[in-house]
Amino acid sequence: MTDTSAPIGLTAARATPAAERDPKQLQRWIFVGLFLFLCAAPWFAYPIFVMKILCFALFASAFNLLFGYVGLLSFGHAAYFGMASYVAAYTAKFWPVTPEIAILLGTATATLMGLVFGAIAIRRQGIYFAMITLALAQLVYFFAIQTPKFTHGEDGLQGVPRGYLFGIFDLANDMTLYAMVLAIFMGGMLLIHRVIHSPFGQILQAIRDNEPRAISLGYRTQRYKLLGLVLSAGIAGLAGATKAIVFQVATLVDVHWSMSGEPILMTLVGGMGTIFGPMVGAAVIGVMQNYMQGLGSWLTVTQGLIFIFCVLAFRAGIVGTIGRLIRRDI
Amino acid sequence: MSPEPVSDVPADDIVLSGTDLVKGFKGFYAVDGVSLQVRRGSIHALIGPNGAGKTTLFNLLTKFLTPTSGQIRFDGRDITGLKPAEVARLGVVRSFQISAVFDRLTVLQNLRVALQRKAGDGFRFWETENRMRRFDDEAEALMEEVGLEGFAHTPAAALPYGRKRALELASTLAVDPKVLLLDEPMAGMAHEDIDRIADLIRHVAQSRTVLMVEHNLSVVASLSDRITVLARGKVLAEGDYASVSQDPQVVGAYMGEGLHA
Ligand SMILES: Nc1ncnc2c1ncn2[C@@H]1O[C@H](COP(=O)(O)OP(=O)(O)OP(=O)(O)O)[C@@H](O)[C@H]1O
Ligand SMILES: [Mg+2]
Repeated sequence: MTDTSAPIGLTAARATPAAERDPKQLQRWIFVGLFLFLCAAPWFAYPIFVMKILCFALFASAFNLLFGYVGLLSFGHAAYFGMASYVAAYTAKFWPVTPEIAILLGTATATLMGLVFGAIAIRRQGIYFAMITLALAQLVYFFAIQTPKFTHGEDGLQGVPRGYLFGIFDLANDMTLYAMVLAIFMGGMLLIHRVIHSPFGQILQAIRDNEPRAISLGYRTQRYKLLGLVLSAGIAGLAGATKAIVFQVATLVDVHWSMSGEPILMTLVGGMGTIFGPMVGAAVIGVMQNYMQGLGSWLTVTQGLIFIFCVLAFRAGIVGTIGRLIRRDI
Repeated sequence: MSPEPVSDVPADDIVLSGTDLVKGFKGFYAVDGVSLQVRRGSIHALIGPNGAGKTTLFNLLTKFLTPTSGQIRFDGRDITGLKPAEVARLGVVRSFQISAVFDRLTVLQNLRVALQRKAGDGFRFWETENRMRRFDDEAEALMEEVGLEGFAHTPAAALPYGRKRALELASTLAVDPKVLLLDEPMAGMAHEDIDRIADLIRHVAQSRTVLMVEHNLSVVASLSDRITVLARGKVLAEGDYASVSQDPQVVGAYMGEGLHA
């Protein structure tokens, strides 16, 4: 009869660790350090460049909320990022709204899209989920091509005014703009941090680890996964909308499938399922792209090689590997 | 075909039942016309050789698989059309043959997640984890019951196999089920732990019903009120241990291994 596994003595096991190691403690300090670092950053780096990295760091972190903590690999996050970018750019340019309202409208659009796409895709798992999200994102891409009145086709929406934050602060000033982007970034990251450590986040991680078990305890897991996706899509939209105001453009690049690849790359390089991994990945990739612009199309090849190296050498990513070394979740 | 020796039991004494359950997989039937009635408050064992269809039957009863045909009733209610999560919410909770715990969560977190399900407000993504501390006393008591004291902050993945089984049992108990379906709860455990878990199951069954698959026949003999023997998807025999172990068909199905406890 069965019993293939040899009996393992329970008493032999060591009961460790004695005290609860609260990972949040360390994470809070890292957040404080990060904030101070980012406050100082515009004095030693180009503010626009730092803002670009912050937008992508938030985008990648939103993707990782779904990939690392729900276990769903989305190949279509460009849909949320890009459509929010279009909506923010369009409303900022043609509607009499202040930039924060434009960003909110972009974010709301992405959140709603997350709900609709999620309702379609959430039943699928693994590669099927990835394929459906890719297909839906392609649909959004073709929609963007087919509606030049809204997206201005190949040209994209250009010359988007940065406007006045709350109608008061002139965002034409790079430092004022930087303050807004930093606030959005920190807000988004703290929201992600909160979600992960909430009761809801615990349940998401349980579902990620063993969905049948969660179901057998009575969890209607699809609703949890759907809410996880909606939050992820909304925060990806927040990143895209902010990017549109910072760079004053929204183009087809934002909804192109290759844009869906960016957060995947950043997350894997930085460390999936870690809080700070995606932003480290975004910084590494951002700096790399900046310094290797001269390489032209070789940039893509170099990126690919680095990607392969990371996946082979540090499967846990940069932050994941560090976390293992210091035995902490970061 | 399937014997029905319990048909004389009053209907409301039956808490969980399957009638003429069939499950076909590509050309063969893993469960082939099984009727099973589980009496309220009993410990009912399901035994049979490898591949007999025991786990498949569990999957049908808890709706993790949809039966090709047949009916499932719980507490007099037809639950054949329900989703697995809904069956669990009614109080029919199963464990898995291959240990199922939340690997990257600690033992305490595993139990908090299970206890949270009953509380019902799991969608609060804006609250802190501290909210789950309200379950800690209950979690502590469960850990003690299954012998996991001192392991609260160990990640489930780092537990030895036997302790994972104990954790799975504890989290099953955490959702306060009416009927527990345990698929080989003691596989991989050492002797002293088998005794402890057997005592626990006996204790648990005072206020609940247990249907369990178990290969350890001495455990089956000492624990169960009733035994159903399954072979090749069909019920071979049913009754108490003494009568089942005498049954020549049962002895034959075990191919000379015998049923000596
Ligand atoms: N999803 C599936 N698809 C195809 N065949 C399956 C599936 N699940 C189970 N089977 C087959 O159905 C038969 C019954 O399997 P089941 O797991 O129910 O047996 P079991 O009595 O639990 O055996 P064991 O004692 O080894 O756990 C086996 O032949 C198995 O290979
Ligand atoms: Mg089995």
